[in-house]
Amino acid sequence: MNGRGTALLLAPFTARPIAMIGLSVLLAMVVAALFAPLLAPYDPYALDPAIRLTPPNALHWFGTDQYGRDTLSRAIYSARMALLIGAGVVSFAMATGVPIGVLSALFPRLGHVLMRAVDVLMAFPSLLLALGLIVILGPSVANSIIAIGAAYLTTTSRIIYGLTLRLRAETYVEAARSMGARTPWLITRHILPNLVSPLLVQASFVFAFAQLGAASLDFLGLGASPDIPSWGNMLAESRTFITRAPWLLFFPGMMIVLTAFSLNLVGDALRDRLDPRFREMFGGEG
Amino acid sequence: MSQQDFLELRDLRTAFDVTRFGRRLRLQAVDGVSLSLDEGEVLGIVGESGCGKTTVGRSIIRLAPAQGGSVVFKGIDVLAARAASLRELRLRIRMVFQDPYASLNPRRSIGDSVAEAGDINGTFPSRADRTGRIAETLSSVGLDPSYADRYPHELSGGQRQRVGIARAILPAPEVIIADEPVSALDVSVQAQVLNLMMDLREQLKLSMLFISHDISVIGQISDRVAVMYMGRVVELDATRAVLDSPVHPYTRALMNAVPKPDPSRRIAGAIELGEPPSQFDRPVGCAYRPRCPLASGRCATEAPELRPVGQHGRRVACHNV
Amino acid sequence: MLAVRDLTICVGPAAKAVDIVSAVTFSIDKGEVLGLVGESGSGKSLTSLAIMGLLPTPGPRVRAGRIELDGSDVTALQPWQRVEAGAGRLAMIFQEPMTSLNPVLRIGDQIEEAVRVHDGTSGRLARERVRELLDMVRIPDAAVQLAAFPHQLSGGMRQRVMIAIALACRPQVLIADEPTTALDVTIQVQILGLLRELCDRLDMAMLFITHDLGVIAQLVDRVAVMYGGRVVEAADVGELFGAPSHHYTRALMDCMPAPSRQRRLRPIPGQAPRPGTITAGCVFAPRCVAARDVCREALPPQIRISERHEALCAFPLGSGRSP
Repeated sequence: MNGRGTALLLAPFTARPIAMIGLSVLLAMVVAALFAPLLAPYDPYALDPAIRLTPPNALHWFGTDQYGRDTLSRAIYSARMALLIGAGVVSFAMATGVPIGVLSALFPRLGHVLMRAVDVLMAFPSLLLALGLIVILGPSVANSIIAIGAAYLTTTSRIIYGLTLRLRAETYVEAARSMGARTPWLITRHILPNLVSPLLVQASFVFAFAQLGAASLDFLGLGASPDIPSWGNMLAESRTFITRAPWLLFFPGMMIVLTAFSLNLVGDALRDRLDPRFREMFGGEG
Repeated sequence: MSQQDFLELRDLRTAFDVTRFGRRLRLQAVDGVSLSLDEGEVLGIVGESGCGKTTVGRSIIRLAPAQGGSVVFKGIDVLAARAASLRELRLRIRMVFQDPYASLNPRRSIGDSVAEAGDINGTFPSRADRTGRIAETLSSVGLDPSYADRYPHELSGGQRQRVGIARAILPAPEVIIADEPVSALDVSVQAQVLNLMMDLREQLKLSMLFISHDISVIGQISDRVAVMYMGRVVELDATRAVLDSPVHPYTRALMNAVPKPDPSRRIAGAIELGEPPSQFDRPVGCAYRPRCPLASGRCATEAPELRPVGQHGRRVACHNV
Repeated sequence: MLAVRDLTICVGPAAKAVDIVSAVTFSIDKGEVLGLVGESGSGKSLTSLAIMGLLPTPGPRVRAGRIELDGSDVTALQPWQRVEAGAGRLAMIFQEPMTSLNPVLRIGDQIEEAVRVHDGTSGRLARERVRELLDMVRIPDAAVQLAAFPHQLSGGMRQRVMIAIALACRPQVLIADEPTTALDVTIQVQILGLLRELCDRLDMAMLFITHDLGVIAQLVDRVAVMYGGRVVEAADVGELFGAPSHHYTRALMDCMPAPSRQRRLRPIPGQAPRPGTITAGCVFAPRCVAARDVCREALPPQIRISERHEALCAFPLGSGRSP
């Protein structure tokens, strides 16, 4: 999209303070992920049994865990995992969901088959589906992405299916057909460009749910291996020490909540703005 | 002889299967339409909703599936054309759509929309040529070439319709099927666009099939007119002739019903002209019979064919005139 | 019966409010039909919504002026407040009957609902009144149609049902906002005839809004032409068509396609202003062939052409004041 479109994209945030907060938190997370080595005060893997389980203090703002590792540094490095998982799940869901949705809508007979397959996947609660897939595939970061992504490819393909059906019936698509356009042209020039906005909104929500999914898998020990800093892993490890060291639970938990919440705020703002904008654009002439 | 063979429709039949009220029904939108368009003429098709006029237009460019009859354009069987020959036909016969707000992709620039036919068919040898031709075409429809970089939401309805026309003339076609091109516009803008279409017809030597429900518009722009009712042509002749002296009872009712901007000739009170029957429930015989003041026994069993009436080229589908 | 004086509607936040309808004035007597004609953006629909008290909140609002119904000032009153205040009875019919009728209720029930609200009756009495209303709007086969759902009826029938619902309150004034624009011409002529008959029979005043001058000529007694949020000309229908005084009215009549017309139409150059555009002088001046400098600088005066004919123009046609 053009530069003017980007400026328009930022408008909903400047208009609404709470969305601005959401966007800022997200940006902070991205910064944390990118510049973790510069921002983290300590090496997240460094063990120091002498200072194990110290509560938050001047030296360690988030305290230390049972191995003496600095919680703050681990939390900052976890942002990398969060970003990786989020981006991975969104990419996977889009890369699979969009083709399934678009092709199902444009080729009804294929669509019947694909949509029934999607129905089968949707019959499973998303976490159970992810668990099942992880068990089959084996725990790892990449497999977490696929396992969680599978749950969201279903909702994405459904949404895209409905949207494509509607787009297919638009007059400008008919006009293109009347001039000799064939399906690939219609998909690339007319359908996909009009899917960008709804996909952006969907992406933000999927990113949010991916955090929760990843945290759950990590918590169960089925995601990233335990030594890699991630909020889910940190939560898992904190279980045994809840009463003695509640900060080990609090900080990663809060990060998960903050991230998911901010993403939802961003998604809401995008959605509110991207739909009425079209109505405004058409002027509402009587 | 060659005049007759420009664009000829013979007994065209188009039907749609729809699911209505839980049942699968067949809607015969076009029920045996035979028309010919001469080179350089504007043939108007007029009728009310459900008469099939739009479907006739869409059947010709294969946006609607014709099941029977034939459409022949300069010797080419349009309904049977495939792949390459169909694409070529689609460059030569183009359509202008009714709704200026829906017929342009909001995400594509005006220039991209105007050049689309050329882009699809690889008509432009170079980027420079493309830009030049877009600019030229925009000027010819009365828009400044700088509009090429704008987006539909920045334009008014009348301007968007001009873009729709520009899209239909680049590269220049031979036939334009205009499906209610001015119906969604304000009267003052209608006039601008109609003038434009008349001018372009002269300049580009176009032949036009002009579809509209508005008699006045048809009267303004078309040389001959076909009146349609329930999927069939009921009257056909030079526009002046049909408008001044309609013969078919439906055409007469239509002419009487058009509100004339002359307060000295007014409706006296409530008139009952009945309603058209449901399109799924066509009467046997003549479709107009339930509302017709001239209906006779024969009308209930035998559907009338379009036949010559009088001395001057008038064709009417009625048993009783 | 209905008198509107200097009605001004504005939109936007308080500090930056912009007028989209300015100083609209007209009145309609019992049994009289006034046609409000204008193109899109002229403000005619907003005016009718304001009269009904149906302006959406938040949104455009009445900034100045009076609306009087049967002598009572209803300008600031919401519809239910008007009923309580015993002000006159007003009903409205709209352009799209499909969206004004509830798709999941039968026609009979919807009309009966209106009857119950206004008459306070129920059961047999209500149903009799429903039958009566269906007869008034000439819906044949009432028993069958009562049980029908809106989607089973044609456009013309749905519009008749809308009229029946509107008549349930025995309105003194009926506002019709483009009720036939979406209908076929042969159906339109029947609905127009029906409306005229109802006005005559029930001594009902009607405000008929349209963009179609042909319909105006066929139906109404008086006309108010709107452009850019203002009434630019008002006259009895015969005089308006016979001797239009405002340049916009004249231009509008000239640009209509008609079978008897010359080949080339005379369109109005340019396009209508977006609602809320602020102009220093006459709102039509940018497109007026007779505009002079003074037209662009100052608001035009309201000139009285004859006893029942006014135009908002400094140099009206045929008045001897040549530009």
